[in-house]
Amino acid sequence: MDLLIEGLKKAIEMLISGDPEIFQITWLTLRVSLTAVLISTFIGIPAGIILGLTSFPGRRLVLIMINIGMGLPPVVAGLWITMLLWRSGPLGSFSLLYSPFAIIIAQILVSLPIIIGLTCSAFQQIDEKMLLQIKALGATRFQTVRLLIREAKIAILAAIIAGFGRVIAEVGAAMMVGGNIRGETRILTTSIVMEVSKGNFDVALALSFLLMSLAFLITFLLTNLQQRNRVR
Amino acid sequence: MNPMIRLENIQYTKKDRTILSVPSLSISQGEVLGMMGPNGAGKSTLIKILSCLQVPTEGKLFYKSEELPISRIPLEQRRKWAVVLQQTLIFDTTVFQNVAAGLKIRKVSKSQIKEKVDFWLEQFGISHLAKKNAHQLSGGEAQRVNLARALILEPEVLYLDEPFSALDYPTKVKLLKDFKAIIKQTKTTTIFVSHDISEIQFMSDRLAILMDGNIVQIGSTATVLNNPNHYSAPFIHDMSLHIE
Repeated sequence: MDLLIEGLKKAIEMLISGDPEIFQITWLTLRVSLTAVLISTFIGIPAGIILGLTSFPGRRLVLIMINIGMGLPPVVAGLWITMLLWRSGPLGSFSLLYSPFAIIIAQILVSLPIIIGLTCSAFQQIDEKMLLQIKALGATRFQTVRLLIREAKIAILAAIIAGFGRVIAEVGAAMMVGGNIRGETRILTTSIVMEVSKGNFDVALALSFLLMSLAFLITFLLTNLQQRNRVR
Repeated sequence: MNPMIRLENIQYTKKDRTILSVPSLSISQGEVLGMMGPNGAGKSTLIKILSCLQVPTEGKLFYKSEELPISRIPLEQRRKWAVVLQQTLIFDTTVFQNVAAGLKIRKVSKSQIKEKVDFWLEQFGISHLAKKNAHQLSGGEAQRVNLARALILEPEVLYLDEPFSALDYPTKVKLLKDFKAIIKQTKTTTIFVSHDISEIQFMSDRLAILMDGNIVQIGSTATVLNNPNHYSAPFIHDMSLHIE
């Protein structure tokens, strides 16, 4: 209990003192996570819609891969990306390893299957008659998708919230591809791991409170957006 | 007079089973054609084929004497019709937005949408519900929204698949009266599926009886109901006793 109180005090102290390093870590965490979720959303929602509404040879195999991807261990994602970005790897010439960009790629890899998978489920559940009704109203394909997105808004936002949850909690891959370099790739999760390994539990706890506040803020905004106009 | 819609040798098969077989069917402008038949007789399939929501296995569809490319109906053609399906499918938004949906799809200006929606909400007696979420409506109110959403499009042809089936009797009577007045006033050609003889008698100029995917009798509503042929007599008898 003392440790918790100490951690909370430390967190408040860190925020009040305006420690530039803490703000830099928090800002990088927010930037990296939001970029990863945004990219995953822009790729994942159209991909999920296509998977949910169409049928093509190999669709089931793609779905199995997506479902496996939903449980992809972050360290595995980290390992694959490290090998890709390693100096001698296929993308080594871009010198991206140990950069925030590498962390974003790793986070996309772990969040994209969640967003695709959950969006696909949402669209598969849409009543076929609703599709027919929209077609009967004279909608083009684009207008049909737009109307369906509005109908599946709650499930789509749930997919984005789940994707964000995965990204903000991610540590294994970020550690491997980012390297936890001070001032460059250190984010809140990797800092917490480092502080715990150094035995600085109060600092680790303070950082965890900051991380949870960030997660709460973003999830609060997304949930409000999701539940807007709810009637039941 | 040339028919508004004409079907020729329409066949719809699924897994080698013939679901619908209509050698010919014509519907005149401004006419209300009722369709009755037991469950699985092919009524909904015929409505979907007529409204080009389903492509038949073979056959031709003529609209105002012009043959339509049945497997690839141009959007402009589809937008001349309106369809109300068996199930009330309301969007998760306000009543106003639901009724406006088809006009928005047609990119009608905001001021015109407002004017038309207000008019049709008034026609169906649901103006007071304009701002309410459509998922909060009663069955009768939702059905009015469904019909207003179709009629606001001022369709040349209106296809209705059991639009009043889920309503209680007083609501149904009121809505039927309002609805008939509207389609007679607008002279909208209407194809109307129902299980209810009184609805058909009240609404339809002509009646077609479907059995196992075939039209077994077609004629003026009074003739078909009073002088059913060998095929339709048992069904009409059962329906008049409500023991289908």
